[in-house]
Amino acid sequence: MPGSLSNWIARHAHALVSTTGHLGRHGLATVFTVAVMGLALALPLALNVLVRNVRDATGDFSEAVGLSVYFKPEVPEQKARQMAKSAGERTGVASATLITASEALAEFRTQSGFGAALDALPDNPLPNVLTIRPSPDAASPPQLEALRSYLLSWPEVDSVQLDRDWVLRFSAILELLRRVVLITAVLLGAGVIAVVGNTIRLEILNRSAEIEVTKLVGGTNAFVRRPFLYAGVLYGLLAGLIAWSLVALARASVAPAALRLATAYGSGFTFKGPSLAELGILLLAGMALGWLGAWIAAARQLARIEPRTV
Amino acid sequence: MISFERVSKRYPNGREALSDLSFAIHDGEMVFLTGRSGAGKSTVLKLIALLERPTRGQVLVNGDNTARLPLRRVPLFRRRLGVVFQDHRLLMDRPVFDNVALPLIVADTSFREIEKRVRAALDQVGLLGKERVAPLELSVGEQQRVGIARAIVSKPPLLVADEPTGNLDATLAAEVMGLFRRFNEVGVTVVVATHDLHLVRASGLREIVLDDGRIGGGGDHDGGPGQPPLPSMQALR
Repeated sequence: MPGSLSNWIARHAHALVSTTGHLGRHGLATVFTVAVMGLALALPLALNVLVRNVRDATGDFSEAVGLSVYFKPEVPEQKARQMAKSAGERTGVASATLITASEALAEFRTQSGFGAALDALPDNPLPNVLTIRPSPDAASPPQLEALRSYLLSWPEVDSVQLDRDWVLRFSAILELLRRVVLITAVLLGAGVIAVVGNTIRLEILNRSAEIEVTKLVGGTNAFVRRPFLYAGVLYGLLAGLIAWSLVALARASVAPAALRLATAYGSGFTFKGPSLAELGILLLAGMALGWLGAWIAAARQLARIEPRTV
Repeated sequence: MISFERVSKRYPNGREALSDLSFAIHDGEMVFLTGRSGAGKSTVLKLIALLERPTRGQVLVNGDNTARLPLRRVPLFRRRLGVVFQDHRLLMDRPVFDNVALPLIVADTSFREIEKRVRAALDQVGLLGKERVAPLELSVGEQQRVGIARAIVSKPPLLVADEPTGNLDATLAAEVMGLFRRFNEVGVTVVVATHDLHLVRASGLREIVLDDGRIGGGGDHDGGPGQPPLPSMQALR
């Protein structure tokens, strides 16, 4: 029925308008409540953004799964080149790059600053090294292990190092951080519910005369509850926007330093703020928590306010 | 319309406000409840407005047994009943219009209808044009009339008033009583609890005298000529 639908819309619009008006009239209290909620939401958001950026910055590492093959020092460069070629043609190997002993020495000389010390050595102490990247479909731990023992079986090879362990450790640390984010979000979410609940509880007590009269003229519990639920949702929405602004500000102040750090490491990484999806989730979560807090407070308080005296 | 059958009401503090009280008020009647303070007038009104439920006995209002009415139906029950309070119970931070409109708003009335009926109700109590005024800017008599407009705006078949003239001088009291008479003339059943015996006697209407929670020495009597005699409880059933 269009009539009842327009009544439904009108009645929700009425609740929303009267709620907004009410929050506006109690500006300072609203600001404090929303600020506390905003801070509580900002912390998990900031942690999440941080973890995501760390993951992005170190994303190359997951491709760094590979093997370093150290040839015995007496193996000549010519021989190492041949073997690099044959290794590169093997199935499951994406690339095989040879860093010859002289190249390695030249690089070490320029980067380490020990040039003079190296000149004192009779010969080049560095071996030829072959870096092998497995193709993505051959990068599982057993496959890598098989490749490693194959390479070890070559008589010219001194040792083969799997560059995998620290990558695994690093992703375990990231996983741990993600858990920390989750736990923080849950705890602070409960905090948000408590803050909203308490604010709404006081609000209900302040307006108990009005609630009593409303019930007396036939207002249902749903009718009486509605503006408070709207208030909770509005608190949550505003708090979400505050949290987002805080994190965006924090990002803006961190970004230049992060950029300098990334440049120093020769990476093109930039520190990214909250994504649109994160903003959406944040606002939805804020509103849901606000609604829940208001609902709990209203359910507890409204049943107590019953018209008693004629 | 309203029937009390052997009703007792004991409050949690142990005070028995009504004992074994029986009476009936039928459709379209206007009745005064009188008696000293503490005689049980307010309790009778509370039982009618379903602010309290009887401890024993039956209270029937508009065909509902108030003792058995489930909580979720209480709001609907209250919408068929207008209540006027001695202290008028207005929301002081809302203009007159919002106060009067409240019973219609809670009943999901459309805004156009609300506008129309609030004006009609204010017109009936002589306050048309005061929609935007805050209750605090009105006189005591006017505030009481806003409370009456709120009670009648949804056109309930039953109007209940507790000491509606308690805070008013004689002229204003007569005015308010005249309003109730007019509503009664258009078919609204009216129950007024009052101390003002002068007004009651002048009205010549039926009076139920309560004394210590029972029908008192003055009894339940027909106040004057032209009123239908009280039917027996038997006839009501």
